[in-house]
Amino acid sequence: MAVAFTEIQETIRMVQMESLDIRTVTMGISLRDCADSDFKKVQENVYNKITTYAANLKPVAEQVEKEYGIPIINKRISITPIAEILGNHTPKEAVELAKTLDQAAKKVGVDFIGGFSALVHKGITKGDQTLLDALPEALSVTERVCASVSIGTTRTGINMDAVKQLGTIIKETAENTKDNSSIGCAKFVAFCNPVEDNPFMAGAFHGAGEGEAVLSVGVSGPGVVLNALKRYPDVDLGEVSDIIKKTAFKITRAGELLGREVAKRLDVPFGIMDLSLAPTNAMNDSVAEILEEIGLERVGTHGTIAALALMNDAVKKGGAMASSYVGGLSGAFIPVSEDNGMIKGIEDNSLTLSKLEAMTCVCSVGLDMIALTGDVSPETLSAIIADEAAIGMINKKTTAVRVIPVIGKTEGDTVEFGGLLGRAPVMGVNPFSSAKMIQRGGRIPAPLQALIN
Amino acid sequence: MQKRAVVSVLGKDQVGIISKVTTVLANNHMNILDISQTILQDFFTMIMLIDIKDTADLDHLMKDFKVIEEELDLTISIQLEDVFKSMHRV
Repeated sequence: MAVAFTEIQETIRMVQMESLDIRTVTMGISLRDCADSDFKKVQENVYNKITTYAANLKPVAEQVEKEYGIPIINKRISITPIAEILGNHTPKEAVELAKTLDQAAKKVGVDFIGGFSALVHKGITKGDQTLLDALPEALSVTERVCASVSIGTTRTGINMDAVKQLGTIIKETAENTKDNSSIGCAKFVAFCNPVEDNPFMAGAFHGAGEGEAVLSVGVSGPGVVLNALKRYPDVDLGEVSDIIKKTAFKITRAGELLGREVAKRLDVPFGIMDLSLAPTNAMNDSVAEILEEIGLERVGTHGTIAALALMNDAVKKGGAMASSYVGGLSGAFIPVSEDNGMIKGIEDNSLTLSKLEAMTCVCSVGLDMIALTGDVSPETLSAIIADEAAIGMINKKTTAVRVIPVIGKTEGDTVEFGGLLGRAPVMGVNPFSSAKMIQRGGRIPAPLQALIN
Repeated sequence: MQKRAVVSVLGKDQVGIISKVTTVLANNHMNILDISQTILQDFFTMIMLIDIKDTADLDHLMKDFKVIEEELDLTISIQLEDVFKSMHRV
């Protein structure tokens, strides 16, 4: 059946006026065969493998983008969690390996490489500890390397010893990069229930269940959803959900088509399609504004969670029908610094840290790109991570924490991260201490929800 | 198999748009299968379905269009038809 004139116009409008784009094509590469007792050899293996497998990622993606006329914004790489190949190497060597990854990313022209990671949700191996020790330096001496650490899952509970360490690691990273708005922390995520096939940064890694190489796609489009809703200002919430669902469906179909084409041309299997509404600082490309369009005067007010839950669910439903392999985080991201509506919500004192925490119960990830006052204590950072992890653990969902304690800034200041990362108002934290709880350490046992066999 | 692309032209209405755009297509040996045009509040919108043999030709075509885009202040885009099919047809 021929495509109608109005449908062609709709697609063109989505791309040219409503910021429809493929947010990322991410190539997952297994590095397990790169391990070696000789460190030089590890570096060489890792560099060669990445630059060979991903050599054509950027040119191929750009060619497909041109032919189909839908922009592919980012080309990225995710790799096996590095802790798994560290073996007996030292933290110093781990930092060197991060530099190698940085160079490999530069060589193939990708802006981020994710997977300087460790999975320590139950216990910490030698290699994991080496990676944790290397993190603050690795994050500050590299530009494109993203790191993540899994500290809890529904099946294992929360490893509070690791959570305790992360508070210190984040604080140290902030200090190391204080001349640059503590930007090192923007490349680090703490996860509960991480997914192995997430194509979005900074939390992407190539999980243990994945194949040799795989191509996954992350599609976005808050702008498209927002504009679709604007055309129906007075419909009831059931119809709002339906409009979001239909829009998500179309966006996902476009993403899957392009993703499969890129995968075919690179001769790697197509992994998953992650449909996540990920905002950018572009005009109207905001998740917060969708919530406001649904009927909130300002994001953060009463009703925000209900609106977000409706939207997140509708996005999933539309996406699930449109693609055979939906995966990753699929839902809605609520990063503060990358969303003009969220920034405004905070500036107008409508949106608070507690509300953001509550919102993470019903959206796809967690506290994301939030600037905190520079004098926050490591224990408080750990406690923030523990709270988020508990939400994820009990609700059997992914939650994450990517917060940036901006050294030298206090509540009410604004910090510019630049580029994709945007800008953020600095938020204060609860002044009362959580240190005693964090000092206790140990593990929070797996919840009743885990006992499902 | 026949491969088709959609060319869309947007811009301020003026003399010679269709002629110039179609000349480029003719010079690139591309057959126009369908054409539709409207004026929306002074804005000229034309959408054409064209027959293309292989996608390598598209690069050349885009270069040629670039010249008219600048000369007449238009936005011209070319997209393979599949993308519309997959977005709007199940």
